[in-house]
Amino acid sequence: MTSSYREGAKRIAALTPAALSFGAAFGVLAGTNGVDASAAIVMSATTFAGAAQFAAISVLHDGGTVAAAVAAAVLLNARYLAISLAIAPAFEGTRLRRLVESQLIVDESWAVSQVGQGRVDRRLLLGAGLTLFPFWVGGTALGALAGDVIGDPKRLGFDGALPALFLALLVTQLVDRRAKIAAVAGGTIALVLIPFTPAGIPVIAAAAVCLWGLKR
Amino acid sequence: MSDAWIVVVLVGAFTIAFKAAGPVLLGGRTLPDRLTGAVELLAPSLLAALVVTQAVGGDEEVVLDARLAGVAAGAVAISLKAPLIVVIVVAAAATALVRLVL
Repeated sequence: MTSSYREGAKRIAALTPAALSFGAAFGVLAGTNGVDASAAIVMSATTFAGAAQFAAISVLHDGGTVAAAVAAAVLLNARYLAISLAIAPAFEGTRLRRLVESQLIVDESWAVSQVGQGRVDRRLLLGAGLTLFPFWVGGTALGALAGDVIGDPKRLGFDGALPALFLALLVTQLVDRRAKIAAVAGGTIALVLIPFTPAGIPVIAAAAVCLWGLKR
Repeated sequence: MSDAWIVVVLVGAFTIAFKAAGPVLLGGRTLPDRLTGAVELLAPSLLAALVVTQAVGGDEEVVLDARLAGVAAGAVAISLKAPLIVVIVVAAAATALVRLVL
């Protein structure tokens, strides 16, 4: 296993067309809802988390309040608190450096930089995050400024590629009986909660399964 | 400031804080031994939940659509030990194809 930025970039390379396409779709959504192009681009650069961005703008579009839009996005991104605490030991250097580098944590960069026992490799994560970032932000700019020029990510099937990516990475995690039980429990909890709870809750509730691993 | 900008600033602030919390407050230190078991199980439980929500998640409903074909095709590629890029391409192609036909 090579620990390098380049290897991280390589692992995520296949997702760059999807990042560009979903980024553009977000830019288009923002544009059709009267959101400034600059606001859409700033959001992609600072939030850098697709589902929450789509949710926030959609809530506004449907006539929801600012509070409702923020709440929807915060619920969707709360999982990053769990991820960030879990992988904290991988980060080093000054506080400012850790702050900046931590912003490259997204589901995909976290998932491809796993090195076993829940740990991630910092270089792999940063290489992967840095590779996705320009496609996501650039796609957003393209969609917000030029409109629908790339094509609907759904028509290209990218929405079906994301769960397949997570499945491929999940399989590598099923190293023992406890991990398998956690996966089945997490997946089941998410499935059961989808119809009854706002987006974001199913994933957080499933992640809470890991507390079962706390040592007494 | 427009509503959209307020949302952008607030969501950005929350998300930056979530992502930074661990690395900034605990960065570089090893986690307490008590937590290591929980950290080990976070990846399988969270990844499984992401598979489920991305494959069949809708607006507070379970939606069965072309994404399932993508995951199924991806699963076949995974079982054949295909590299990640092949899994992604196969899954996207299957999803797009089934959506075209449906």
